[in-house]
Amino acid sequence: MTMIRIRSTARAGHPSPVAALAAALLLALVVGLAGCDGGAPAVPTLSWYVFDEPSGAFAEAAQRCAEQSDGAYQVVVQPLPADADRQREQLVRRLAAGDSAIDLIGMDVIWTPELAAAGWILPWPEELAQQARAGRIQATVDSAGWEDRLWAAPFTTNTQLLWYRTDRVDAPPATWDAMIRRAERLGAQGSIQAQGARYEGLTVLFVSLLASAGGSVLSADGSEPALPEGPTRRALAVMRRLARSPATPPGLASAREDQARLAFEAGGAAFMVNYTYVWPSARANAPAVARHMQWARWPAVEPDRPSRVAIGGINLGVGAYTEHPALALRAAACIAGAENQRLAARRGGLPPTTAALYDDPAVRETFPFADLLRATLKDAVQRPRTPLYNDVSLAISRTLHPMADIDPARDTARLREAVSRALHSRGLL
Amino acid sequence: MKPADPAEERLGWLLCSPAVLAMLVVTAYPILYAVWLSLFRYDLRFPDERAFVGLANYASVLTSPVWWESLANTAIITLGSVSLELALGMGLALVMHRVLFLRRTLRAAVLVPYAVITVVAALAWKFAFDPVTGFVNPWLGVEHAWLTERWSAFVVIILTEVWKTTPFMALLLLAGLTLVPQDLLDAARVDGANAVQRFFRVTLPLMKNALLVALLFRTLDAFRIFDTVYVQTRGAQGTETVSIVGYHALVTRLNLGLGSTVSVLIFACVIAIAVLFVRGFGASFSAGDDGGSEA
Repeated sequence: MTMIRIRSTARAGHPSPVAALAAALLLALVVGLAGCDGGAPAVPTLSWYVFDEPSGAFAEAAQRCAEQSDGAYQVVVQPLPADADRQREQLVRRLAAGDSAIDLIGMDVIWTPELAAAGWILPWPEELAQQARAGRIQATVDSAGWEDRLWAAPFTTNTQLLWYRTDRVDAPPATWDAMIRRAERLGAQGSIQAQGARYEGLTVLFVSLLASAGGSVLSADGSEPALPEGPTRRALAVMRRLARSPATPPGLASAREDQARLAFEAGGAAFMVNYTYVWPSARANAPAVARHMQWARWPAVEPDRPSRVAIGGINLGVGAYTEHPALALRAAACIAGAENQRLAARRGGLPPTTAALYDDPAVRETFPFADLLRATLKDAVQRPRTPLYNDVSLAISRTLHPMADIDPARDTARLREAVSRALHSRGLL
Repeated sequence: MKPADPAEERLGWLLCSPAVLAMLVVTAYPILYAVWLSLFRYDLRFPDERAFVGLANYASVLTSPVWWESLANTAIITLGSVSLELALGMGLALVMHRVLFLRRTLRAAVLVPYAVITVVAALAWKFAFDPVTGFVNPWLGVEHAWLTERWSAFVVIILTEVWKTTPFMALLLLAGLTLVPQDLLDAARVDGANAVQRFFRVTLPLMKNALLVALLFRTLDAFRIFDTVYVQTRGAQGTETVSIVGYHALVTRLNLGLGSTVSVLIFACVIAIAVLFVRGFGASFSAGDDGGSEA
C-alpha cells in the first residue's frame, strides 16, 4: 500500500526519465551549439561550473550580470551532475590538471578548504572580500573562508529543519529523545524520517548531533580529531536509539533526503528532518499532507542546549587557472549579489546568505519559516574544516553505518581512529 | 613447429617489432609508472608533500580491513558469476551446436546481451529490481529493496553479470564443441555410451582447452568488475570490489600513491589468477599443445 502511494507521488513530482533524457540531450545540443559560434569573440566568455539548477535561476542570474557588465563579459552555465560527490570528482580532476576553462565554480561549502589548500581557487582580494562579507550571515561567510582569507562569495545556503504533522502532534518536540518517545506512542502513524544511508547525509546527521551535544569532530587547528568522550557518546546514543526505535522505518539504512521526502509526502510519517525544499515539494505533490505540515527548530540533544545544524549551500569561487581572474571575481560578486539571491530563492527555493533578505516580502512568501531558518543558520555548525574533508566524511559515514549497530562506547574509539587515519592519509577508506 | 633458420627468425622479430613497441608504450610504461608511483606518498591535493616512502603504501593497504573486505567481495562476485555463466553458457553452446535450423539467427540473438553497454545493462537491472519502479518485486510477490542489503545486492550484481557475459562464455565453449570430432562421438555411441557418458567422458575432455581459456578470460574479467557495482550500489552495503576501492583512492581522494598501490595489487592478483589457470590447470592458448584439439 505504502509502495503504491509512493509510486504515484513520484510520478506526480518528477518528469518521466524519457522526458528528462530528452531535455538533457536538448540542453547538451544547445550548449554545444552555443560553443560553436566561431570566430574570436571580442567579449570574454566565462564558464560557470555549477550543479544543474532545474528552475533556470542560475542561468538567468548569469545573463543579468553579463548585461550589467556592459559587454565586459559573458557567462555560460556549465551544468554539473546533481550528486555533490560527482560534481566534486569532475571538478577536482580538471583542476588538478590545471584546466583554464574553469572560470567560476559553484562550490559546495565543504570544498573550500580542499580547493583553497591545493591552490585550485583564487583568494579574494581584501577589498572585494569585505564587500562579499558585508551583511551576510556569519556562518555562510565562515563556510567560504580558509586560513583567514575569503575564497568564495557566499551565494545560497541551506540547513535542515524539523517537519512535523500538526494533525498528529500538537507541539513540536524539543529534543531527539522527546521526538522518539512521541513517535513511538503514535505507533503506525508516527514514523520518523531521517537520513541513514552510507553517504554524506549520515555525516551531516552525526556532525549536527555532535555539535548539538557540545562537541566537535576536529581540534581547533583542524589537525587532530577532537571527538570529546561525553558529547560523542551522547550523539552516538541518539543515533542508535533512533535506528532501533520501532518508530523508525526499516529503510533507514538506505534512506537519503529524497526517500525521506517521498515517505513524508506519502503520509506515513509524523516527523522528518530535512532541507527546506520539502516544503514547496509537499505543496505541489501532496497538498493533503502539506495542509498539516509545520516546521520547527531541528531537535536538540540536550534540553538546555539549542541544536546546532550543519550548514550547506553554494559559494562562488574563481578557478586558479582562469584566463580572466579579474573579470571572474567581478562576475562572482555580481552573481552572488542580493538581487540574484532573491531570484534563486524565489525560483529555485534556495535560501539566501544575506541576512536582510529574510525580511524581504518575496523571500518570506517563498519561505514562510524565514525567521526560524535565519535563527537556525545563526547557530549553524560547519562540517569539519580541513582539506581532507572528503576523507574525514567517508571515515565517519563508513564507521557509523548502519546506525542500528552503533555501540557508543566502542564506536567513539573507532571513530577517533578512523578520523585520525583519514587526517593522515593513511590506509583506504 | 619446424625449427626456423636464423634469417627467418630475424624477419619474424622484425615483423613483430611494431606491435612490441606499441605494447611497450601503451601497457608496459603505464604499469611501470604505476609501480613507481605506488612507492610515493603523493596526493594531488598536497603536491608539496610528495615523498618517497618505499613500501609504506603497501603496508597501509594490506593492513587495511577495507582491502581484505573488498577482496572477499570480489571473490564472491567472481565465483558466483563465473560458475553460473559456465553452466548456462555450456547449455547455450550445446543448443547452438545442435540446432538444425535458424542457426545463424540463434547465434546472433544470443549475442545481444553481450552487445549491450555494461552501464546500460547495470541500470536496466537496477530499475528492474527497484522497489518503486521495478517489475521483479510484483512478479515474485515480495516487497524487498534488493540493493539495500548485502546479499540481495550481490544477487542482483551477479545476475547482471551473468546475463551480460554468458553469451561470451557460450561462444567460446561453442568453438570448443566444434573441435570434438563427430566420429569419436559416434564410436562412443556404438560402444554403448549414453548421452551423459558421451558428454562427460568424450566431449568435455576433448574441449578442456577451450573450457579453460573461456574460464580464464571470464575470471580475469569478473575479478576486475567495476561498472555494474558502481552503477548499482556504488560500493555501499558491503559490495565494494577491489576496482571500486582503487577508484575511490585515485579519483575521489586523488591519492595517487595509495591508488597506484591498489592498482598494482589488483594487477598482481590478475597475474596470480592467470598463473593458476595456466600452470595449475594446464590451460593453453595454442592449439595442439594438449592433444585436445586438432591441428
